[in-house]
Amino acid sequence: MVFSDLLTIWRNTGLEFSEIILAQEMMETGRDPVIVKQALKRLMMVMLEEAERNFGKSFETLTGLTGKNASKMYMSKPRVLSEFNWVATVTALSMAESNAAMGRIVACPTAGSCGVMPGMLYALKSVEKANDEDLLRAFVVASGVGNVVAKKATLSGAAGGCQAEIGTATAMAAALMTYYFSQNPEAVGHASALALKSLMGLVCDPVGGFVEVPCVKRNASAVNVAIACAEMALAGIESAIPFDEVVEAMYHVGRSLPESLRETGLGGIAATRTAQKLVESIHKNLNSGSET
Amino acid sequence: MGLLEVAGPVMVGPSSSHTLGALKIARFVYKLMGIPQEVTFVLHGSFALTYKGHGTDRALLAGIVGLKPDDTRVKDAFNIAQSQGLKFSIEISDLGDVHPNTVLVKAKRGAIYNEVRGSSIGGGAIKINQINGVDCDLSGEFPTLVILNKDLPGALRGILECITYNIANVYLRRVNALEGLALTIIELDSNVDDETLERLRANKYVLEIYNVKSEEGEDVGVQ
Repeated sequence: MVFSDLLTIWRNTGLEFSEIILAQEMMETGRDPVIVKQALKRLMMVMLEEAERNFGKSFETLTGLTGKNASKMYMSKPRVLSEFNWVATVTALSMAESNAAMGRIVACPTAGSCGVMPGMLYALKSVEKANDEDLLRAFVVASGVGNVVAKKATLSGAAGGCQAEIGTATAMAAALMTYYFSQNPEAVGHASALALKSLMGLVCDPVGGFVEVPCVKRNASAVNVAIACAEMALAGIESAIPFDEVVEAMYHVGRSLPESLRETGLGGIAATRTAQKLVESIHKNLNSGSET
Repeated sequence: MGLLEVAGPVMVGPSSSHTLGALKIARFVYKLMGIPQEVTFVLHGSFALTYKGHGTDRALLAGIVGLKPDDTRVKDAFNIAQSQGLKFSIEISDLGDVHPNTVLVKAKRGAIYNEVRGSSIGGGAIKINQINGVDCDLSGEFPTLVILNKDLPGALRGILECITYNIANVYLRRVNALEGLALTIIELDSNVDDETLERLRANKYVLEIYNVKSEEGEDVGVQ
């Protein structure tokens, strides 16, 4: 899936953009568009259900490094964030912490970045009162944006750093919001490009290798980047560099990252003195704790 | 990879490679032989180093008792395994030149004993790369027949003649020259019907047969 190809088809046909993406998927994989759309709807509904169920709760995560952030954000009245941003932030924290506590999540596009898309979806649903059909069309478009990255680059932190995981999730979320409000595929391309450029170079440096620090809070800040980029694109701001080329650039950056910054737990904040102390105490706790 | 793999799957956290992949490997063994009475998971590499913080141990137990990757009971797998009377242990070992996220599952039920080695290769994808000493390269997404057969001339032809389905891959190796035993692993494009299984069971070369089915929803490539 190449974004500029999708745009060309849209310009030539004027068809609904989500239908163009589903048709393109059929060309590439042979899958029935109706079935794919239904399966995508299920993924979206699971995200919304889990967002609602976990919103602002506290969690007992495997290492104990995180688990109280969603509840803290939930209890705190925002000073300047809008209600939309606040809901998106609380949701992103809740889902990322639920993931660290072995809760049910949708790996959209990965488990480590599983908070960003639900943050955007749940904010649109609960604050903007979006209906499921409009949301689904925008979700299909967002999935298409993610697929462009998967095809041209990578979604794996081990291969491309966090920019490939949370960066892609942010581009998808920006695409989702932009399409929901504008149904304009060109603006979607700009929003996605702006988002991925904002997180270009982001390294994957989980403390101890566990999907908690900095992953949980990074999901929450990323959804706000997505909102800002979507707002810019909706205002008519364009990315000077087209999305496909930004994706290629992201891939090259990922390939040039040293291994220590690609999900090994050896570089970035994982290599700090404090992180090393935390990891020592986690291993002590895990090994002394009972198996149940 | 398509839209559904990008936007999903639904799973239990925290890690697609350390949790989801581990569960899928153990679940392959469950589908091969049912819930064992005794199981040992031998963890290698990154699995060995980080399994507790990633819930890899719970995921493996969940898989071996047949839970699906999105089952919210995965985190209670220790209790579930205990209530099933499953004896389990975790060992750490260097399995040699294999993928960093590799586990060797040793499972026993009555007289049945199987050893399956699998690797979690990223994004929740797995490779089953050894069954009872026979090297293979299974994604776990296709229906698979694992057949212990007599190591005699014409055995493979005899087995394949029973199968009218499209065969994706065949792996075959002599496993015991003294007893004249070979293991045949056949990956197919679709699940086999009971008639085929009966034909295979009645086949004079076949000694044991395991049918690892693919289930609805596992194969997202609905055609």
